[in-house]
Amino acid sequence: MPMARGVTTMPTARGAAEMDEFLVRALVGGIGLALLAGPLGCVVVWRRMAYFGDTLAHSALLGVALGFLLGIGLNIGVVAVCAGIAVLLTFLQEQRKLASDTLLGIVSHSTLSLGLVALALMESLRVDILAYLFGDILAVTPADLAWIWGGGVIVLAGLALVWRRLLAMTVDEDLARVEGVPVRWIRLSFMLLIAATIALAMKIVGILLVTSLLVVPAATARRFAPNPEVMAALAAGFGAMAVLLGLGLSLQADLPTGPAIVLSAAGMFALSHLVPLRRTA
Amino acid sequence: MPLPLPARPADLPPLLRAEGLGVRYGGRTVLDGVGLTVRPGEIVTLIGPNGAGKSTLVKALLGLVPLSAGRIERRPDLRVGYMPQRLAVDPTLPLTVRRFLTLWGKATEAELRAALAEVGAAHVLGSAVQSLSGGELQRVLLARALLRKPDLLVLDEPVQAVDVHGQAALFELIDTIRRRHGCGVLLVSHDLHLVMARTDTVICLNRHVCCQGKPEEVGRHPDYVALFGRHAEALALYHHSHDHAHADDGCVVPVGQEHTPHDHHHHGHDHGGHQHAHGPGGHDHAHGPGGR
Repeated sequence: MPMARGVTTMPTARGAAEMDEFLVRALVGGIGLALLAGPLGCVVVWRRMAYFGDTLAHSALLGVALGFLLGIGLNIGVVAVCAGIAVLLTFLQEQRKLASDTLLGIVSHSTLSLGLVALALMESLRVDILAYLFGDILAVTPADLAWIWGGGVIVLAGLALVWRRLLAMTVDEDLARVEGVPVRWIRLSFMLLIAATIALAMKIVGILLVTSLLVVPAATARRFAPNPEVMAALAAGFGAMAVLLGLGLSLQADLPTGPAIVLSAAGMFALSHLVPLRRTA
Repeated sequence: MPLPLPARPADLPPLLRAEGLGVRYGGRTVLDGVGLTVRPGEIVTLIGPNGAGKSTLVKALLGLVPLSAGRIERRPDLRVGYMPQRLAVDPTLPLTVRRFLTLWGKATEAELRAALAEVGAAHVLGSAVQSLSGGELQRVLLARALLRKPDLLVLDEPVQAVDVHGQAALFELIDTIRRRHGCGVLLVSHDLHLVMARTDTVICLNRHVCCQGKPEEVGRHPDYVALFGRHAEALALYHHSHDHAHADDGCVVPVGQEHTPHDHHHHGHDHGGHQHAHGPGGHDHAHGPGGR
């Protein structure tokens, strides 16, 4: 559960500095998430699905409301709603009635609003909405850590299982189908993996910033990667560094933690362009 | 010299036979009542204007597009090598040619090198896919199709984004490959001139099959002329002087013997079949527009 906080202030690390275990949990949770988000984010970047990921993330708040409402736990609620939205989006995209970005724009903001309205209507509940929107990494509990690391291992294993097929269809979907790749199933599996990642990431960076943890480290890794696997590993590494740096900044400069992590990742991306290199692939 | 054809295609059972194919997109009929047959060692070319449904037909035959009517018979265990019209690999994906060729399916390093050498692109093995010229990319796509040891090669506009020299060399290469491997070839082209000398059967498509037959027959067919206008007349004239070269067995005549000066055409097309034998890859200048 998020700690009792006013909705107008965002969590910073300094307030929790005296409680070492909070910081350690924050670090362990954040790094676990970064290791997961790196490889997954690479595929998101390759398949140009950043806005798609954003849309799923926005629908997560609806999952939170559903989790409370049905008493099934927030993580389950978020995964269920994200997966449902992912399937719905795939179906709507196949209809080709609307341009993809228009469709995503509609779904993204209407699900976010629906989530906010649903949470507001649940009068018996006092929820720190800001913690869901921007994350509350300092409130990470041991149970959250179990979710992040346990779930993370499962998601990464799933990604490894579909990795080659996912790459083949990322390069060319028709070619992959002719060569026997079950494109629809692989696409669906990948969406479920993203949905699960969003559920796990919500606590750390929040719904509005989840996509950045997927996209920014992957974009940073691109310049240094000779092949897809190295890029995935580098993205995981850059993400972990951003978590470390962001927590440190939050502690030193009293910055809100989630945004500090994202800014660290963005800063690393910008700085990476100063590193001269000979591009191989 | 080109290798001889393994057998007369007409005597062999078809690799692929389609009857009465229909495809509809959102209530609009894209293909209607299309039939076609491809036999081993045979090159079948689909031509037609833009929007005629050529790519849709190819995708329907490959099972990538649902049919609204008709049926497709494939020879059991048919192995298809497919070469898409273009490849749009995001620049953020670090992908060398070596990796691209082994993305799905198995191939040893020696097989990779052999396939690339066969298409005249041995030098790009370690290059990034995104850095290839249009011609190099088409050759790499062809190599990937060949690595599947196909019975049937399906090539959608194989010479798009390739300059004129490259186009001729590519068609020559496709011809050589079908002779060497004995595979059937179904290829899409927007221009009959380019594929004339290397095609056994031409199918002229405009949502339905307008006409089909040997290239020179199609070139004179009223429906073809109606569809392609002036270019078609030039083609008929052009082919008139060549009829004898095809008369004996209906097979494609080796390039070297077919050579005839052809400055009597004034329609500004380059004739793919009449470029003199460059070795595969010998003339692929790396300045195609495909280097994304």
